[in-house]
Formats: sequence, C-alpha cells, structure tokens
Amino acid sequence: MTDDITGGGREGPGSQWYDNEAGPLVRPYAMTGGRTRPGPTGVRFDLIALVTRAVGAPDVDDTVLGPEHRTLTDLCRTETQSVAELAADADLPVGVVRVLLGDLVELGCVTVSRPVPPAQLPDERILREVIDGLRAL
Amino acid sequence: MVSERSDAADADTTALALKILVAGGFGVGKTTLVGAVSEIRPLRTEELLSEAGRLVDDTDGIDRKVTTTVAMDFGRITIRSGLSLYLFGTPGQDRFWFLWDELAQGALGAVVLADTRRLADCFPAVDYFEHRHIPFVVAVNCFTGARRHDEDSVLRALDLDPGTPVVLCDARDRDSGKEVLIRLVEYAGRMHTARLLDSVR
Repeated sequence: MTDDITGGGREGPGSQWYDNEAGPLVRPYAMTGGRTRPGPTGVRFDLIALVTRAVGAPDVDDTVLGPEHRTLTDLCRTETQSVAELAADADLPVGVVRVLLGDLVELGCVTVSRPVPPAQLPDERILREVIDGLRAL
Repeated sequence: MVSERSDAADADTTALALKILVAGGFGVGKTTLVGAVSEIRPLRTEELLSEAGRLVDDTDGIDRKVTTTVAMDFGRITIRSGLSLYLFGTPGQDRFWFLWDELAQGALGAVVLADTRRLADCFPAVDYFEHRHIPFVVAVNCFTGARRHDEDSVLRALDLDPGTPVVLCDARDRDSGKEVLIRLVEYAGRMHTARLLDSVR
C-alpha cells in the first residue's frame, strides 16, 4: 500500500502530505506490536522527560524484550537521558520510543521523571544558574 | 504509575531539564542557531496522517492510516550535572503546526528568529507564543546584505507587546546565539515573577 505513494508527486486524497519534506512513509509501529500508545498508564512522556535506569533493574529475559528495548536500556545505562535523546541515539521515531519506554517502566527497568513545568520552578536561582552557565560556555 | 517528581522540593536533588523552542520561517536559520550553541541531532517524530489531516483533508472515506515522519533539530546545553537546557527547532512548514503544541508544553520560552527581508514569515510564530503566554524574544538574524534595522523598528513592525526583547544576532555565531538565549532566560524569569505577583494580588 505504501509502495504507490512514496513518489511524492502523485495526486490523491491527502497527497499534499506525502512529499519529500514530509519524510518517508514508514511503519514504525511494527516494532511495538502495533501499539501506538504506552501501556495501561497511558502517560505521554514529554520529549524532555528524563529516563533513568532503575536501581536494581530486574533481569528480564530476551523473550519479553525486543532488540529496541535493549538499545534503550543500554543507552541510559551510563547516564540519564531525555526521551528526545534516546529517540535520536536509537534512531527511532519518538512515538515508538514512548511505547517501548512504557514497557520498560512496567517491567521496572527504568524510571521516567516528569519535567518540572517552568511555572513550578522553585525560585529564580535555577534561572540564574542557567544564565551564568550560558555565559560560561 | 510512572514516577512523577514534579515537587518543587525534589527539584534540588533530581535532574532538571528545561526546554526552549526555536521558531521562525523556513530558511531563517533555526538549524544554524541550534547548531551554533549546542550539539545538534536530528529528531524524528511521526504522526498518523489520518489524524494530522483530519481538519483539512477530505479522505473520501478511504480508511487507511499512513504514517509520516517529520524531522526536527534538537540540541542540548549542559549547564551542570543535573541541569540541562534542551533546544528544539520547530518544523518550519505551516502544516506541521500540530507538532508545536507538544513542543510548547512546559517550555521555558521561545526564540522567534526573524529575517527583516521577510518579516511576515515570523508572524505566525509570534501569534502562537503570544496567545499561549509563552515568553519569547525576537532574534533578528542579520544576514549579510540585509538592511540593518534597529530593535525599535522591528518591535513596531511586529506590533509586539512593549517589553518583548528584540535582539539583533548572527545565528552562525556562538557568542551571539548565547546572548539571545541569555536574554530569553532573563525575560522568562521576569515574566514568571510578574505572574506570581499577579496571582497573589
């Protein structure tokens, strides 16, 4: 089905979406077993939500986890990573990474922290720190 | 349930990430700016076109879901261990606007890059951030050959709220890009404080 609409120039319903700038048409959700949303929690991880490998993460056997799951846990083995970084480094679309992370959270392999909304920043000290840090770059 | 550490008390001890958007018309230098101040990587996001095109496309009842990926640039600036700034270049084309809402969620602020030769290109971004009360600065990318305008005339031409920072910059230059970000963080801090004061009044 996708074969006939990769050219980009073909006219058809909604064809203005399919040009080269829109990128290739893909079926990225094959590696999530067709799921497009993370497990039962239904939480949509923010792009800058930070993913940490759980302390004492259980050894889950390979029948449960796919290679992409492994890639993600390996990537956050050494340091905390944002969802965006994991997606870029694993070369997977963000939506796919969200689903896979949902699995890993359920299995207790990683924890995902919700970013602090700027409105809830404790004080100006953090922003001061950011400004000083930028100056020092 | 996913662990949620959004308590202010926890913020000192847990890693903190802040998000800044870089918006503006096509070809105005968003990628250049993100690249100048940080490590840059391509980020792929994807949408089901059946949803994305819901409002504009008549699909004639054809029931098929097609997914496309949209590439964005993003970069990171590590302020210190446990405190990072993430920059996201917003997709320039209007039809990818549905992605903006997710990007804008919880953003500290935005940089609207402008080219004075095509000032109208940044109107949609200015409108977007104004309506959502997201603090933004307008950074005028001073392309060689473009007539130099002063900050005031840009402020007036864009009909910006008084006090909105307008910065002349060179998106290729790291120091210039840093200055833009510093102005934005300062401004976001002022806006944040003003809102806090308003809320207790």
